Amino acid sequence: MMQKLLAKSYLWVLLVLLYAPVAVIMVFSFTEAKVLGNWSGFSTRLYTSLFTGGAHHSLVSALWNTFLIAFVAATVSTVLGSIAAIGIFNLKARARQTVGFLNSIPMLNADIITGISLFLLFVTFGISQGLTTVILAHITFCTPYVVLSVLPRLKQMNPNVYEAALDLGATPFYALRKIIFPEIRPGMISGFILSLTLSIDDFAVTIFTIGNEGLETLSTYIYADARKGGAYTRAASVIYHHFRYGAAAVAGY
Amino acid sequence: MGKLSVLLSKKGNWVIPYLVFLLIFVLTPLALIVFYAFTGSDGRFTLVNFVKFMQHPEAINTFIYSIGIAVITTFVCLVLAYPAAYILSQRAFNTSKTMVVLFILPMWVNILVRTLATVALFDFLSVPLGQTALIFGMVYNFLPFMIYPIYNTLQKMDHNLIEAAQDLGANPFQVFVKTVFPLSMPGIMSGIMMVFMPTISTFAIAELLTMNNIKLFGTTIQENINNGMWNYGAALSLIMLILIGITILLSNDDDNMTNEGGVV
Repeated sequence: MMQKLLAKSYLWVLLVLLYAPVAVIMVFSFTEAKVLGNWSGFSTRLYTSLFTGGAHHSLVSALWNTFLIAFVAATVSTVLGSIAAIGIFNLKARARQTVGFLNSIPMLNADIITGISLFLLFVTFGISQGLTTVILAHITFCTPYVVLSVLPRLKQMNPNVYEAALDLGATPFYALRKIIFPEIRPGMISGFILSLTLSIDDFAVTIFTIGNEGLETLSTYIYADARKGGAYTRAASVIYHHFRYGAAAVAGY
Repeated sequence: MGKLSVLLSKKGNWVIPYLVFLLIFVLTPLALIVFYAFTGSDGRFTLVNFVKFMQHPEAINTFIYSIGIAVITTFVCLVLAYPAAYILSQRAFNTSKTMVVLFILPMWVNILVRTLATVALFDFLSVPLGQTALIFGMVYNFLPFMIYPIYNTLQKMDHNLIEAAQDLGANPFQVFVKTVFPLSMPGIMSGIMMVFMPTISTFAIAELLTMNNIKLFGTTIQENINNGMWNYGAALSLIMLILIGITILLSNDDDNMTNEGGVV
């Protein structure tokens, strides 16, 4: 009994510690002070100025860019990754291992290295950095996760059903659409959602591939703002995480 | 058109577009890091970038300091996370699923926001922003990434093995040391990976947590790249890449990483 109580209280202490920063940031989003940790009376000015003041334009366009990048990158990754997964599944063991290893590089590599390597790619070949390069970079680190969420679905599939469809006169494309696609769809959806969240969350790869034309995403905006004390970020992040958890709840976590 | 449908009918060929993509956006960029690291600004082969690193005490100190900070952070995370993961996974403690979700949820918070929130907390409690703040801030940031994989392996553990150990006369301490702990090793390893790798390569986070007072290796790399020192920056990146490669090899003796994708 005593042991149980101790164990439970240990968990609660850890949870309080883990959530304390988030709680503080929420509380301090309702005051005006520019510097974090100073309380200058209750105010919703940070929230209202997000939508009216000077911060308005940059934040709204950063939000728009973030969602645009995430949506395009996740869509392309899902298509590319699903096709690749079907290919990988039909390879011989040795080739499959090699591709699996290549696929794991972007996942295992540190973000900063991925970012710098892509930066060097773009500058070496004289590609000007902007929205397109960020999207390409995000596809690079999202696709491996799509491949890994689609592959198990293919493994679970009964291969005879596809063969049967072919025997019964279905063209390979028809069989793909009617047999394989419905089987892997759940994997594609979870890969898509994972890609969306990875893309929205990314900072390290984005900062190296976004160029210096003044393009901002939510994370680079937060970074820039945080260096100035992060007043708007407090309010922005509270809103942002409501969206984030809302999306997670909709996706069934 | 005829040729294309022949090509498409062999499903293994469907991997080709992705292979081309990987070649352009993963392999070429990595090769470029190596290329830039071993060339000077004139494009000729040279070791000058590495010599510069070796002769530059500040760069080497930052490198060693970053490894030290990452090791300490990982160790503190492990010590705090293991009991938590253990309690969460044991049926005897009767913890709810909600509790598990509460521990995993912070993983979903944007890392910059989490860091900023930690800075806010330290400011609020008037904790000075320095080395201690840096380590605690990183522990805050990465603790869930240690708890989750350990919890996962403990959860999936075959309970018959524990009962067998008990039947064979092991006391609770022996059961833990001889059975539970060794069986949770894969979880510990992926936890270490998930904490050590981001802490060793972090930038921006240290900057925010110490008000620019402490520089980590990631920040050094970023500064060099931003200031146009691509060759030197690439050499530093290559050093970090090698460090990451060693970490992966050490923590991953069976190659389940490529097949299972680790814990992510």
